[in-house]
Parts: sequence; structure tokens; C-alpha cells
Amino acid sequence: MSNIRIKNLNDQNLDELIALCPFNAIEKDAQSGLAINAGCRMCRICLKRKPDVFYLAEAAPAPRINKQEWQGLAVYIEQQNGCIHPVSLELIGKAREMAAKTGQQVFCLLACEKSAGLPEQILAYGVDKVFVYERPELHHFRIEPFTAVFTDFIKRVKPSGVLVGGTSIGRSLAPRVAARFKTGLTADCTILDINASTDIDQIRPAYGGNIMAHIQTPNHRPQFATVRYKIFNAPEKTEPWGTVEFCQLDAAALKSAIEVLEVRPKEKVRSVEDAEVIVVAGKGIKKETDLKMIYELSDALGAMTAGTRPLIEQGWFDPRLQIGLSGRTVKPALIITCGVSGSVQFAAGMQGADHIIAINNDPDAAIFNLAHYAIVGDLYQVVPSLLEKIRKGGALV
Amino acid sequence: MKILVCIKQVPDSTRVDIDPETMTLKRGGVDSKINPFDLFAIETAVKLKEKHNAHVCSISMGPPQTEAAIRETYMLGVDEGILLSDRNFAGADVLATSYALSQGILSAGMPDLIICGRQTTDGDTGQVGPEIAEFLNIPHVAYVRNIVSSDEKGMVLEMDMPETVEVVRINFPFLMTVEKGIFQPRLPSFKRRLASKDRPVRRLTLADMPDSQPENYGLKGSPTQVIRIFPPTNPATHETWKDAPEVLADKIYNKLSELKFL
Repeated sequence: MSNIRIKNLNDQNLDELIALCPFNAIEKDAQSGLAINAGCRMCRICLKRKPDVFYLAEAAPAPRINKQEWQGLAVYIEQQNGCIHPVSLELIGKAREMAAKTGQQVFCLLACEKSAGLPEQILAYGVDKVFVYERPELHHFRIEPFTAVFTDFIKRVKPSGVLVGGTSIGRSLAPRVAARFKTGLTADCTILDINASTDIDQIRPAYGGNIMAHIQTPNHRPQFATVRYKIFNAPEKTEPWGTVEFCQLDAAALKSAIEVLEVRPKEKVRSVEDAEVIVVAGKGIKKETDLKMIYELSDALGAMTAGTRPLIEQGWFDPRLQIGLSGRTVKPALIITCGVSGSVQFAAGMQGADHIIAINNDPDAAIFNLAHYAIVGDLYQVVPSLLEKIRKGGALV
Repeated sequence: MKILVCIKQVPDSTRVDIDPETMTLKRGGVDSKINPFDLFAIETAVKLKEKHNAHVCSISMGPPQTEAAIRETYMLGVDEGILLSDRNFAGADVLATSYALSQGILSAGMPDLIICGRQTTDGDTGQVGPEIAEFLNIPHVAYVRNIVSSDEKGMVLEMDMPETVEVVRINFPFLMTVEKGIFQPRLPSFKRRLASKDRPVRRLTLADMPDSQPENYGLKGSPTQVIRIFPPTNPATHETWKDAPEVLADKIYNKLSELKFL
């Protein structure tokens, strides 16, 4: 790796040079006149502006690792009480896609108390081999035994890349294992691809989604990436061809300082600000009993139901469920408005939603200006018909 | 009891602009503040200090101006502060950051408890806490939303998992990452500010680390490399659908399935 150094300060205005750096990384130094401190981000602005003063010192390249020794893509299978978390299946889909490009295999790691039936379920998604660690110590998620299992798996398999779901468990486990192998980890990737040298192109948002960063781990293996749920697609099931290997691990390696005293379901007090999906009822709802279909739609989507100001004033909703300037500001992944005209005050409270679907029978409704999908139709016909579709669709799965 | 809180100084705003020509971040004139998630970690440490008469130390890594963030922790009730600042630490990714912090912690003396916020507002990774714990060879508990009890030996904690709350008992030493809402962070106190005005911030450089090999730190010690940064492409969808109610319902159904809400 390279860094910036100072070669020549003859006749230079030090204050001008200090002002060059947007990160305040150039500072006065009693001995040499100027020094570059820890603020340096290698933006190279100083190099461009004052090439006579600053230069790039190239350090000896680090020894290259042998990428041939690291083959295949591994997916960590997250399970709870015998149910596989769907993000694991989505990662299998992405791993298979990438593995096909480089002619590699896809491996899965399953760590649990009892694996009954799970390896077969995993094989049905087209993976080459499932490595199973079955131990009573793996009943609850505790960091030390799961890290030990993961470590054993990586030493055994030597995968080139490892994908872990960006869940509460994955975001605790993946960094721990990555640190143990002193390798790179890219969190919350939204795009993954692979090149011929088996380097994974990892793209993730930073600064609250205001910029995207394209990241590689060019000289370390395995390459760790976490991906959140619902970013990729689960693959279709196929005729399985893979195999299962049961792995043993010393009980001493599975010790934990953590004792799980209780696991209880979370109380369901949710505020509308936290909801991922919101269905909003507006003035287009003629009477209170008609809200039934709105609630049914919410239930089908796992959503929260909220209202606009007129409905709150009628007493149909708790004031805490009012969306808009005088109510709550929300930024869900999806908002469906039913019979909402879309006043400026309402829009201010919800325009940050990722997806806005608006249903209104007035083609000139203001809500359509900010809706991604403007549905011009009578909600009394569209919503029941949609519910019917969802019911049928649900029965088919 | 000795408690250590890890903090980071972050830009005051997450609104960043990219210079379209150089494809670098335009950060000129952006104010800095303590990562908001870290305020919950600081508050947790100070609450424990009040209960157990503990000594609380804050640690951060960054350029010299990060000292301001450490000084701010003094106004919130932290007793001592350490700043890791060395050119060799700059440009660190998750691994190199965690490694440097763990080395700094070793150099300052292992505490009984390390507390981190759940994530930062600039990097957003939330991975530094667990990596520090790994480098220090101590267990960690993530997503702590409540302290059920604490004594001289250890703590009973509630972990906030997506569907469940897990209650765990763990003995010191360990690291925990806390959720926002565990405690309401207090405001900086003017009285404490005056009282701590002459309190030093301890500076540690590469030479102070137990491992003083420069290649293990900063950009050189970072396995991940940022190839490029770019603004997110946000194709503003705007479609108007006019049709018979059943057809509309059909289209909404398909769109909801496609977007994975069904």
C-alpha cells in the first residue's frame, strides 16, 4: 500500500498547503515543517494541486495469497426451531448464480441441535454439499460455540467466499468469524457479482444510503459478505444432486460463557414509524365498517393500518395512527393509500416511502403526483378483488 | 469495575455529495459529532458507573480533531479518554479498525466490560463491536435492549432479536452492543464541562501498541478495498394504471409479489 509524503518545502506557504486538505490531515510539525496526520483519506487532492511538494510513496506489495487453495462459495444456513430463515435460501440463489460463472461449487453450513429433515430441504435448492454440525450446545444462538463451528467449517472446506444473512444472528456471527480469519467483511451488500479471479464484487450503500460503495477483498480469503433479507431471490426447487456430511467437533470447543435463561416472544407494541408496510385509509372510505377490508389488506401484507386526519377526527383511529404533518412521519418500505387525496400535509409525512401505491377514483388526486404506482379506480371494487387474489394466491403456495 | 465505551466521530449530516469528476466525497466544511448510536452506549456506561461506582473510559480512533468527541464524553460523565491517532491507522476498514481499537484497549489495560453502540451513521456496518471482542478473545452479546440485573461478577441482559427477546446471563469480561432506547441519553452538562476542562485525553500512537507492525493497521491492514463510490441510481418509477377493477387488482397483486411484499 502507498501513502503520501512530503518531499520539498522550500519557499512554500505552509498555511496554503495546510488549506489544501479537505480532511485537515496536513498539519504543522516542529521538526520537518509539515506532517501528514491520521486524517489522511488518500483523496490525493494535495498530489494533484501541489505535485512539487507531495508525492506518493509506494510500499512493497504484500505477499499474494494463493486463491487456488480457496474454492467454492459457502452459505450460512440460519435456522430456528427447525425452520430455515428465507434469507438463507436467497443467498443460495445468489451463490449458485456466482458459482456458475466461475465453475465453483456451492456449500452450506448448518449448525443446530437437531437437523432432522433440514439437509434434504437445503439440497432441494441445488447446492453441492451441506455440512451439518449437530450438537446440544447449538440449541440457542450463543456466540462462542457458533463461531467455533463456523471456524471448523472454513478450515475444512476453504471456501473462496462466505455469504451470511444480515439478520440479528448473522450480523453478530459473521464479523466474529471474519476477524478470526483476519479477512474482509462487507456488511449489507445489495449487489454481488464475481469475476474470473474469484474476487467478489460487493456493492453496498453507505452514509444512510446516500452513496454506494463498490468493495473487493482482493488478497484475503475467505471473502465475507452479509446480505439483508429480501434483497435477492430464492431459487426454484430442483431435483437434488448434492450430498450431506456430518461433522464432529470437540465438546471443549463448544463451551460458552453465556447462559440463556429465557427466550420469550416479543410483545407486539409497534409504533407506525417502525412499520415496514403501512396501509392508509383516507376520506374515500365512506363508513367505519368499511375499514374491515382495509384491515384485511393490512393483515395479508403484515402491515399496520393508519389513517388521514379526517378519519382520526371522526374517531375511527387512534391519533397515534395519523400520518402527516400534524401526525406521524413515516418511511416504510411500502405504503398503500386507499381513498387518500394526498394533501400537502399528508404527503410531507410519507413521501420518503420506498414504494408508494395509491388507489383513488379521482384521476386528478394530488396523491398521484408522488405515487410510484397510481391506481385510478374505485377502492370499493379494487380492494376486495385484490383480497380475493391474495387469498387464492396464498392457497396455491 | 472498569468500563470502556467505544465511540466514533461521524459527519453531522448523512447528506453527502460526490464530486462527479473525481468521484470522491465532498466533505469540506461538514461538522462532526459523536455517532448518535454511541450516546446510548455512553449513557449505559454512566448508569452502571452510578450503580457500581465504576470507572468509565471512552476510546476512539481518528484524526487529532477527534479529541473533541472524547471531550464531549467527559461532559456526559466519562472519567477518562483515549484517542488512537496515527497516520498508520488511517484508511482502516472494519477489520483494521477493530484490530487497532483492540490493541489500544490492550495497551490501556483490559476493562471488565466494553460497550459499543449498535452501528455508526456513516459506515452503517455494525460489525466493529463483535470484531473487537474476537481480537480480545472475550464473548460478546449484541442487540442488548435492557439490563435486567448487574453485580460485581456479571450481568443479566435482554437481547432484542427480531421475533423474540432472549435473556442471558454472562460473566465479565465481555463486550456488549446496545440498542437505542436502552436508556435515554443525558445532555452534556456545563458543570462537568468546567470540571473536565483540564482533564487530558490520552493519545496513543502506533508505537504504543503491543503489535507495532504498521502493515497490520490502517489502509495496509485492511483486507477490503473500495474500488469506487457512486451515487445511487434511483429510477423514479411513475406509472399510472387505469383499468377495470379486476385487472387493477391483478396488476397490484403481481407488483406486490414482484416487490416481495406477498
